[in-house]
Amino acid sequence: MKIVKGGLLTTVQDLGRYGYQKIGVTTAGAMDTFSLRLANILVGNPEGAAALEITLQGPVVEFTSDALVAVTGAELAPKIADVELPQARAVAVRGGSVLTFGRSVSGCRAYLAVAGGIDVPVVMGSRSTDLRGAIGGYEGRALGAGDRVAVGPMPAPAKEAILEALSTNHPLPFALTRRYVDTADQRARPTTGPVKCVRGPHFDHVTDAGKRAFFGERFQVSTQADRMGYRLVGPDLSPSHGRELLSSAVTTGAVQLPPGGEAIVLMAERQTTGGYPVIAQVITTDLPLVAQLRPGDTMTFAEVGIPEAQAALRAQHRALADITKGINDR
Amino acid sequence: MNPEPDSSIGPLGDAAVVVCFGDAIDPEIHDKVMSFAQQIDSSPPPGLVEHVPAFTTVTLVYDPLVRSFDEFHAAVLDMLGSVAPRTVTAERDPVEIPVCYGGEHGPDLDFVAAHNDVTPDEVIDIHSGTTYVVYMIGFAPGFPYLGAMSPRIAAPRLDTPRQAVPAGSVGIAGSQTGIYPIATPGGWRLIGRTPMQLFRARAQTPSLLAAGDRVRFVAITPAEYDAVVAARAAP
Repeated sequence: MKIVKGGLLTTVQDLGRYGYQKIGVTTAGAMDTFSLRLANILVGNPEGAAALEITLQGPVVEFTSDALVAVTGAELAPKIADVELPQARAVAVRGGSVLTFGRSVSGCRAYLAVAGGIDVPVVMGSRSTDLRGAIGGYEGRALGAGDRVAVGPMPAPAKEAILEALSTNHPLPFALTRRYVDTADQRARPTTGPVKCVRGPHFDHVTDAGKRAFFGERFQVSTQADRMGYRLVGPDLSPSHGRELLSSAVTTGAVQLPPGGEAIVLMAERQTTGGYPVIAQVITTDLPLVAQLRPGDTMTFAEVGIPEAQAALRAQHRALADITKGINDR
Repeated sequence: MNPEPDSSIGPLGDAAVVVCFGDAIDPEIHDKVMSFAQQIDSSPPPGLVEHVPAFTTVTLVYDPLVRSFDEFHAAVLDMLGSVAPRTVTAERDPVEIPVCYGGEHGPDLDFVAAHNDVTPDEVIDIHSGTTYVVYMIGFAPGFPYLGAMSPRIAAPRLDTPRQAVPAGSVGIAGSQTGIYPIATPGGWRLIGRTPMQLFRARAQTPSLLAAGDRVRFVAITPAEYDAVVAARAAP
């Protein structure tokens, strides 16, 4: 694959780098892991294969050989030869095809999976790009014009799908395959509604009024929102006591409350440790929902318990298994 | 050996739990942290993804698809009932970190001296005359939080952090000292720089230091600093 233009921020991501947080290395990985998994399932890859995470303004990508590709997540109007690609459907493309992105319709991050996976070196167990640490991915950085990105060997089902699709008479500049996700199945991914949280270890650092505001009022994603975290604008949540905490490990989804009273949601490329009170934690299944918010978007938070959060994760896991079976049996 | 009666355990979101052994930067509390971390290393509970020791806590990240919170919580509680004292492997020698203090490598050395009403040489003597414990690696890949530094050379952070602190810079923030392994923005007062590489992503052991290690700084001249850098660049 050849990158003709890098777009706003296009990086190689998989499900993240685990096992090295004790030496300060963040997990990185896809912000919307559900969409990453879905894109990989569509092209017949393992769910955790590396793909491109594309932010708001997409790149221009030239496929240097025949490929099976799928785009999921944000709708950023992907096109080949001016014809829009379907969302969440694997398509076969001829070598030489050029993929562009247009107007951003909804969401913030799209995922482009290619059968075989993006083949960059595995660094500390992962192909994910950690931008701040300049670790992994494509030379530890975002993709830019002229970069050549290798694709791994294609799994057998993908090869068959390409051959079958390209051998039939297809009127479009790409060939649709039967590897798609039913609209009904897409409900497995939350797209609307409040972002569900469990209480954080320092929930009681917030005044009663602050607690009511957090779980009742609306917050806006500020312009300070990136792969490390989102600073939120909303009701004042000033901590009720100013005692400094000693730094301790934090995890993705932590809602931190710095002394200023404006909350920060930690995202995939957060630091490994933090010293601000953690008042809540976005549950794992709802992180993709946050990942798709853009600066200026608003959200509300709703409290759930840990059993409910873990049941939701198991349900999402089953839904993805069903989707995979549905695609492979079709 | 009594189990740890002073520890507490609680959830951190839906995929981690935190075990807390106290609320102060204290060698004894940190020993308990490292003993527990060592126990996790030798017999990881089912479902564990990874664990992160800090000043007073060990955070255990787990996979909720493998173990529910209740199951994982119970397993960790069991482990806490049987924490063995840390087996110090023949009291490993401190890791020696050469530092070129002051000048271009330590632009804030004079400030730290003036702030504490001592000479720059005294700052160097005090800073390099102590053996430090690595309490935690955090903030950036391989960044060690070291204690305990003498309060005689404590200094406040910069009001406005530097846009780029060079890799290897040795800094002071309050009564903490640390080393920047990679170039990053940062607000610590910089008193020197080491030519050693603290973090190499592609190495077998990416981080020179780990929580629980001991560290000593050794003052070197600018010429010695340059020689180490040159030797590193040589094929």
